[in-house]
Amino acid sequence: MIQPKPVSFVAPVVGAAGAFAGLLVGTAQGVPLLGVVAGAALTAALAFLWLEVFRKERIARWITFLGFGVAGFAIGGLMGGVIGLAFGWLFGWFIFWLGEGRYRAKLPPYTTPLQVFYHFLFRVICGLIFFFLITPIVVVMPLSFNAEDFFTFTPEMLRLDPAGYSLKHYRDFFTNDDWQQAMWNSISIAPVATLLSVSFGTLAAIGLSSEHVPFRRPIMAILISPMIVPLIISAAGMYFFYSRLGLQGTYWGVVLAHAALGIPFVIITVTATLVGFDRSLTRAAANMGANPVTTFFRVQMPLILPGVISGGLFAFITSFDEVVVVLFVGSAGQKTLPWQMFTGLREQISPTILAVATILVTISILLLTTVELLRRRSERLRGMSPG
Amino acid sequence: MSDTTETTESGPVLSADGTPLKRSLRRALRAQKMRALALIAPLLIFVLVTFIAPIADMLFRSVENQIVSNTLPRTVVALQDWDADSGELPSPEVYEALYDDMFLAAEAKEHTRLGTRLNYEQTGISSLFRSTGRGVDDIGEDHVDALEDLDEAWEDEAFWYTLMTGGEGAEPNTALLEEQRRRLADLTSDSFAGEIGFVPGQAISELLPQTARAYTAFALFTVIADEDVVAEEEPWEAVKVALIQDLKAGADVAGYDGPGAAELVAAQQMVADLPPIDFKAAFLAEDEDWGAIENWKTIQVYSPEFTSGYFLNAVDMQKGPDGPEARPENQQIYIMLFQRTLFMSLVIMGSCILLGYPIAYLLSNLPVRTANLLMILVLLPFWTSLLVRTSAWKVMLQQQGVINDTLVWLGIVDDASRLVMINNQFGTIVAMTHILLPFMILPMYSVMSTIPPSYVRAARSLGATNWTAFWRVYFPQSVPGIGAGSILVFILAIGYYITPEIVGGTTGTFISNRIAYHISSSLNWGLAAALGSILLAAVLILYWAYDKIVGIDNVKLG
Repeated sequence: MIQPKPVSFVAPVVGAAGAFAGLLVGTAQGVPLLGVVAGAALTAALAFLWLEVFRKERIARWITFLGFGVAGFAIGGLMGGVIGLAFGWLFGWFIFWLGEGRYRAKLPPYTTPLQVFYHFLFRVICGLIFFFLITPIVVVMPLSFNAEDFFTFTPEMLRLDPAGYSLKHYRDFFTNDDWQQAMWNSISIAPVATLLSVSFGTLAAIGLSSEHVPFRRPIMAILISPMIVPLIISAAGMYFFYSRLGLQGTYWGVVLAHAALGIPFVIITVTATLVGFDRSLTRAAANMGANPVTTFFRVQMPLILPGVISGGLFAFITSFDEVVVVLFVGSAGQKTLPWQMFTGLREQISPTILAVATILVTISILLLTTVELLRRRSERLRGMSPG
Repeated sequence: MSDTTETTESGPVLSADGTPLKRSLRRALRAQKMRALALIAPLLIFVLVTFIAPIADMLFRSVENQIVSNTLPRTVVALQDWDADSGELPSPEVYEALYDDMFLAAEAKEHTRLGTRLNYEQTGISSLFRSTGRGVDDIGEDHVDALEDLDEAWEDEAFWYTLMTGGEGAEPNTALLEEQRRRLADLTSDSFAGEIGFVPGQAISELLPQTARAYTAFALFTVIADEDVVAEEEPWEAVKVALIQDLKAGADVAGYDGPGAAELVAAQQMVADLPPIDFKAAFLAEDEDWGAIENWKTIQVYSPEFTSGYFLNAVDMQKGPDGPEARPENQQIYIMLFQRTLFMSLVIMGSCILLGYPIAYLLSNLPVRTANLLMILVLLPFWTSLLVRTSAWKVMLQQQGVINDTLVWLGIVDDASRLVMINNQFGTIVAMTHILLPFMILPMYSVMSTIPPSYVRAARSLGATNWTAFWRVYFPQSVPGIGAGSILVFILAIGYYITPEIVGGTTGTFISNRIAYHISSSLNWGLAAALGSILLAAVLILYWAYDKIVGIDNVKLG
């Protein structure tokens, strides 16, 4: 059913999209109504021109792309040029996507036009939701290179003027004692807490996944509870209880608290890995004379290692990202990175926070990639199809 | 060989080592269970100590109220018989007991803590305790001066020490010493164990009970808290006042033959001519609020060791003379806060369903490769630091923030009337919806990807419209995913602290912000614990429901 569509259908649709784009450009220039009319007229005319007069797709799309870019540059400088190029590419593609009927390529041939419309409406809504999900994180990144101490885009930044950008917030992060101290505290607390929760958690997960465990459900409920109980309640309880033990305000108090918070993640990921674990492998090893310790380290551990590592990463990020508990259990000597960010956000607003945020997002992207690769490796090892 | 076969057939089946197979199997099973428990035990103990014990401690704190009976032990006992409704002030004995308790509490600087505690219930008590603590050593001043003018021995540390020990070889009264140790330990929450180089004599403590009591407390405090030597320190005024009271009460000093007997006889004669010490008048002179029946009522109502007062406070009620009663309108905030927390969590849950459902549907119906790629867009926010996402929303929503700037740039909003989107409920709801959305999408996705597409196709081929096929066939199968995601999001939302604190302002805060305030600012820990217990109960009910519906081991991450 991929067949060219009549221009009487394509031109109005493209014109409507053009009217919307024209509205954006027009309002920015202070003439919204003119923008709507001009945008609609221009794009509809283009659709007519390319589909009826000059139907050579490759050349036509290049002309649209470059033409819009030049027009944008003439109106709004460098940034206008970039936006113009984007619009040019978009409309060039849109005209031929509609005109050639390619939009029906992945739909069943019997779908009615209304169904096609709903299908794409749904896609657009999903796109907006994804936009909502990702924009806040993306917006932070360019802002962290702001040359001013503002939390918003300056005119220089919007003009893509190099003077509007600088690394000074990063420099501040790497030279300011408060931030450096906070970073070192985070780095010295998180790995120890992770080590504790991974070593205890892995053992317990292996115990929990054996066939006959008395009181399995209540034990599981207790072990998972640190993830469910609101952090403020955990923090309050730990504050009261650790003060009694003299652990409040100490390094070990924070480490123990964070280890407890990380345990559910280790339990969940490791038990999930163990579900697919073939028990006959350990039996075979025992049969061949390996003692339980050897069996564990040589046979079972390599197979569940991906789960253990991703559980560890979860535990690490839990500790690294945790602020409520450390706020109460720790003292000024245990001020971690999130704590410093929290005080920064509440009291003295400094864009250094955005630089830190960008660094943390980069770290999370790296961690996310690692976990994803580990998950695939684990599924391959256990003979499942890589998802 | 044939023998074994026969026994096997007639008797129980035997295993290789000759024991019945049944028992052998049972033993193996038990060993397996023990091994599993042994693997779990370290973690279980770890979680119990580092996590469950703190929670239990918090629950205990929400009803604990030992501070009144620890700080004012004798007053509380003396006050038991007072009838608050009689409209009369407590008897002079109560004021005398109060002097005894207050003096020690002021020395240990614990009276201000009690004042702060009681101030939560009755405003003004804090300053009452504070001022009284400063002036309590002036009470009975004239009598003490008269005693010291009579004989300089009453100002001599060594004389007092010998008097109270009862001299060399006197029978010691260790019971009294231990009793006072406990009293001080309860009062200060510190340990008062250890040798202090002083034991009251049995004979003297029978002769002068109050004096012995006061002097022992003084001795313990001097040695353990101040790290001085008893015999080298002059006793407190309270000890001398206690002596005067003992002598006035008609102690039989004439029949006493221990050290200092002569001075005691002389002192008793002198004291007999003095008027009795009027503690009530003295306290009223210190602060006239001691004449307010309301204050005494508060002390009496909050004297039991356990109280429901914090919980009543947490639901906007207070203890009245006739049981619980509602607080005045202008002091009611917690019910409103709980309602707001509930309402906002529901709104956040609802918007997460609205936004999460299309995404989960799209992801589970796309080819695996594309779905995995788009999944990154869901997982990236999930993995990004909470503080980063919260600061991002602060950047976006501010009056000078990205959204407002864009709207102004586009001319949709006038520069002078920028939208207020932060420090209110809107800001909290938007930011938390964004933060919790992955927790809705992931469970929905894992349920939806197990729904076979053939069902919808079958419905379509039987003539159902798009909408019917979705609503009658697909949607019911996706409900478990909605349920799992909703409970998870609701549980997480109801206890959120950081995001409301930063973007919530005053109208967008949750009950957890109030808990944090009571822990770190107002220091009303009991109320914080009571609010926390109520919140915890709500979460545990939801947790239980989640376990029933989804099963806690079916939680998936990433």
